[in-house]
Amino acid sequence: MIELESVSKVYPDGHAALREVSFTVPRGTTLALLGSSGCGKTTTLKLINRLLMPTTGCIRVDGHDIAGADPIALRRRMGYVVQEAGLFPHLTALGNVEVVPRLLGWPPERRSARARELFALMRLDFDALAAHFPAQLSGGQRQRVGLMRALAADPPIVLMDEPFGALDPPTRRRLQEEFLSLQRQLDKTVVLVTHDVDEAFRLADRVALLDAGRLVQLDTPEAIRAAPASAFVADFIAQAPAAAR
Amino acid sequence: MSRRSIHRAAAALLAALVAAPAHAAPDAPRIVVGAKKFTEGAVLGELMAQILEAQTDARVERRFNLAGTQVCFDGLRSGALDVYAEYTGTGLRDLLGDAAAAGGPAAVFAQVSTAFRTRFDLVWLAPFGFNNTYALMMRRDRAAVLGIAAIGDLATHPLRFGVSHEFLPRPDGLPGLRNAYQLSEAGTVGLEHDLAYSALADGSIDVSDGYSTDAKIVALGLVILRDDRAFFPPYEAAPLARADLFTRVPLAEPALRLLAGRIDDATMRRLNYAVEGERREPADVAAEFLAGLGLTRPAPPAVARPTGLLALLWQRRWITLSLAGRHLWLTGFAVLGAVLVGLPLGLAVSRRPAWSAVALTSAGVLQTIPSIALLAFMLPLFGIGVLPAIAALFLYGLLPIVRNTVAGVRSVDPLLLEVGLGLGMRRRDLLWRVELPLAAPVILAGVRTAAVISVGTATLAAFIGAGGLGDPIVTGLTVTDTNLVLSGALPAAALAIAVDAALGGVERIATPKGLRKQSIISS
Repeated sequence: MIELESVSKVYPDGHAALREVSFTVPRGTTLALLGSSGCGKTTTLKLINRLLMPTTGCIRVDGHDIAGADPIALRRRMGYVVQEAGLFPHLTALGNVEVVPRLLGWPPERRSARARELFALMRLDFDALAAHFPAQLSGGQRQRVGLMRALAADPPIVLMDEPFGALDPPTRRRLQEEFLSLQRQLDKTVVLVTHDVDEAFRLADRVALLDAGRLVQLDTPEAIRAAPASAFVADFIAQAPAAAR
Repeated sequence: MSRRSIHRAAAALLAALVAAPAHAAPDAPRIVVGAKKFTEGAVLGELMAQILEAQTDARVERRFNLAGTQVCFDGLRSGALDVYAEYTGTGLRDLLGDAAAAGGPAAVFAQVSTAFRTRFDLVWLAPFGFNNTYALMMRRDRAAVLGIAAIGDLATHPLRFGVSHEFLPRPDGLPGLRNAYQLSEAGTVGLEHDLAYSALADGSIDVSDGYSTDAKIVALGLVILRDDRAFFPPYEAAPLARADLFTRVPLAEPALRLLAGRIDDATMRRLNYAVEGERREPADVAAEFLAGLGLTRPAPPAVARPTGLLALLWQRRWITLSLAGRHLWLTGFAVLGAVLVGLPLGLAVSRRPAWSAVALTSAGVLQTIPSIALLAFMLPLFGIGVLPAIAALFLYGLLPIVRNTVAGVRSVDPLLLEVGLGLGMRRRDLLWRVELPLAAPVILAGVRTAAVISVGTATLAAFIGAGGLGDPIVTGLTVTDTNLVLSGALPAAALAIAVDAALGGVERIATPKGLRKQSIISS
């Protein structure tokens, strides 16, 4: 469970990226942070894994204030997926997947068993692709490797920053389906950053809509659609294509 | 630890690295004989070295081709040298700074003898017997046309002066001479001493300085201008030694005294000509002379250097190989040191723009110092020999390594660093698993640049007694033997190319495979 309580973030240059934001992500659910660029959604994500520290307010993971936690241990309990996968170009697909297990000092047999398990989970051919470097993989394959890397040590929490943003529409659609089926199997606590209303409504149990650093509405997709909290929310969700409904 | 004992420690370290001559017992005392980088210096150095080898049980090391008076004198005072041949006039004017009119040879010798003993604890032994005074010289035909026979005649003619770099600033050189003879300031260039002779011969300058025993005076048809106002003091050559040499090796003093008064002006000119004109090695010329005096056993007949370049390269193949080996380890140590310092330095400053500006500017300034000047700066710190050469090459190597480390680390995509942190990497993991592998090709390109610069610059290390492939280059310049210069320059160039190619290979191997295959994208 992730809890944010009155969290604000003001950057050294005086820009207030986040103002008094509070929300809770219950265990095993997916929260989408939705909004246009600069609304504070990526800042929120980086506050949760302590790449950034809040100016005021408190963030708790499983009831413990993370301000007092060891950031390294904290991050190793959270998978991290970014746009365009952010794979290490000098490591193979397998090398990327094994990054966290290596950091944790897993023995080789355990690492390779886990890697094969993940390739199977993602329906990727281990023997064909494990030795490929990122530059030799397609966009969809790269994003799957990025997801495997995040899941490698089976963290209870997964943070995703525009994970499908750089993919062509059919591939994105396919990966979204895979994500949903994975989430049904794995039951992770997921925070997903996206600017795509369709993606947020399709993948998340609840959606938090941010505007200029403020949380303007937080609810299930159905509830938001049924009762937008403001004209801004109504306008914002109207950009979603009819097919998404 | 005093500077002296640092020198001793460094010398001991070097002695351990450089193989000792086979005939000396391992615990035999060591005598280091120095020589300035001109023919006569080398001949006198050899004479002293060989007589010390014959008459004492000491291990004699030669540090020849040293860049000039100051290098030798500093080397002597710091303990890096034990003895070298110096001239009484130079001691008086240059080292003591005494500009007063000098007396006769005996008076000058007494003067420097007393002053050096009390001020520097250095001992002048009895002179070899010749007076190699500074002299101004012209081409005989040109002097005849202009009607010039003495230095006093020069004031009335607008002539082009080309003088050695050492003569240019010395109080007993051009400034004093100008004063004494009211010569004009115009039209003077500084030249390498040996090049000045060539310039005189081909007519590009009219007047140059030289030494009255130079073999080239005869060979090039030059005439010495009479010193009609007795400006130049006597320049009697004599062994100048550290006083402690004679307590460490008591037999050294009587051995060196055997040479006293044995060499007159004509003899010295003949010995110089044997090296320059007959292309023989100073060691062979000295051995033959000593054997002729009955001071050492007769040497086997010496071989002159062949005149053809290929024959010379072939004759010198083993020498060249050993010089190349020394050249390689000189540069190897320097580059290794530059990597050990430059890489961490580059990493430390790479994420702090203000610091990297300071580091890059400082390293850049070091690089702009002319190599020979940088080598000279190292002398007061490290004495002469290998250490200052390695130190100077090390400083040269820093810039490319620091610069490329900073550039390499900065070229790493910040997103990858964020991902690394997000996945739970420590700073250390990030460095070893992400930054260094991705920056490796750029960093190695810097090491490669540093190594190639170092191999080239190391040829100058011969000027401060470090040896290497610069040795035949410096000697060749001294005796005006282009082939001898090439016998050092060609292998040095080949070595630079080989080092470049070898490190290019290392660079390719160290480039992560994922970066090499960037162009092959399958989907």
